[in-house]
Formats: sequence, structure tokens, C-alpha cells
Amino acid sequence: MAMRVPRTKAAAALSPHQPLEWTIASDVLAIERVVEGVVGLCTASGFSAKQCRFNIPIALTEALANAIMRGNGSDASRSVRIRSSVQMTRDGATLNVDVTDEGAGFDIDTAGCTPDAPDWLEREDGRGVFLMRSLMDRVECTRASDLPGNTVRLVLHRA
Amino acid sequence: MSFTVVKERETVVIEVDGQLVVTNRQEFKQVVLDEVERGARSFVVDFSGSAYIDSSGLGALVSLGKRIREAGGDLRLAALNEDLRTLFELTRLDALFPLFATRADALADAPAGR
Repeated sequence: MAMRVPRTKAAAALSPHQPLEWTIASDVLAIERVVEGVVGLCTASGFSAKQCRFNIPIALTEALANAIMRGNGSDASRSVRIRSSVQMTRDGATLNVDVTDEGAGFDIDTAGCTPDAPDWLEREDGRGVFLMRSLMDRVECTRASDLPGNTVRLVLHRA
Repeated sequence: MSFTVVKERETVVIEVDGQLVVTNRQEFKQVVLDEVERGARSFVVDFSGSAYIDSSGLGALVSLGKRIREAGGDLRLAALNEDLRTLFELTRLDALFPLFATRADALADAPAGR
């Protein structure tokens, strides 16, 4: 796993304005360290305890698992890039996390389902997008015209 | 992240230590399915040591609950913190599993004979 954490490895000592970037292999075992890094950034930026222990870890785990397994098809030759930053404003702070895969692309608006789906209580998979949308303030999916893969952006305002 | 299996009379209790997520859901499923194969039918999952569950963890519980019910058994969930209860309510999976405040409550609710 290739991991790049610029400037410092100590999340607790990070400036809240300092973005974090990783490039990881398509291996779900890489998820935990990325989640720890982003949670560290948000903790240092004053996000609430619930956001740091609940909203962010779950939504980011979903986005990373989606990129690794659905976007890249768990293809070890493909990578996932993550860029995480907190924008500080006079009134608060906003977390932006971009998760970019190298796959053929998918439509996040049609991926997964909602609790109103008839098989919701029966199916094993398909709840990830619903959880991301429920736990973040905004979830966007973009696709560059000249590059492979999707970028899923998670946006959360500090509570 | 690890799982500990404890026998309480006829009920198998699985203690979840840490997250139940995409990285360990297969291990979790195998632990429970092994007990089903050995004949266990009454299960309690104790989340008192668990931080959070993602959609893969929820999916594993849904899958196991279905398998256990088909075998004539039942799966109860115990000691979920406020966050985890929120997660089950958000996903409406609280309609699928009995949620108990404590492990003792879940064990006390075991079907007759278990």
C-alpha cells in the first residue's frame, strides 16, 4: 500500500487547515488508516465528538469501500486517491473529502437503494450510498472527461 | 477488531470488539455460521465493545439473521450504544432485530428451552 501523508504523520498535531492526501491500493485493509487520519483532522478542527466517532468514520468507510470494490473492482493494479481538507470560515468549518477511483465509473444516484425498497430488509448489500447521504450534509459524484474513474465528494459542516 | 464466542446455556454470545465493517464482515459471518453448523440456534451479538458498524456489517447481520431464522433459530442484538441504535433506526433494521439494552436482557429473552 502506497500511502502519502504530507508534512507530518501526527494527525493530532496537524493544523486544521492542512489537507491530507493518500494514494492507496485497492485493498479494504487500507481503509482504517485513512479513516483515522481524517478523523484526526476533524478532531483537531473542532468537529463534534459524534461527528468524529460516528458520521465521518461510517460515511468515509462507505466511500472508500465503494471506490475499492465497486469503482476499481478490487483490482490490485488500480489505486484510490483521497484528498481531505477542512475549510475554516468565520462561522464554522466544513470538511471536504474527495475519493477518486480508477474504474469505469458508476452513477451514485442509481447505486444502492433506500429503506423504501421492497427488498431493503432482505438484501445484504446496497445500503452504503444511503448511509453516506444520511450521515453527510452533501454527497456529490463527478467524473472527469479526460481521466478514468469517479470522484465522490463527502461534505460535512462542523456541528 | 476481533470476535469472542461465549456459550451462555444454549445461547451463543458473540462479543464484537471494535468495528464491524467491510474488513472483518466475512470473519464475523464465518464465526456465526460455524456455530450454526454445530447446531446452535439461539444467538446474541453483544456490541458493548463496539464503536461502529458500516453497511457491510449491517448486511452481514441481515444475512445471518435470515440464515438463522431459516434454521429455526433467532438472533438478538444487545448493548448497542446511542450511535448504533441511531444507525439501526436510520436504516429501519430495528424492525428486523430485537434490540436489548443489555446482554442479560437479551439472554433473558431467549426462547423457551434455550
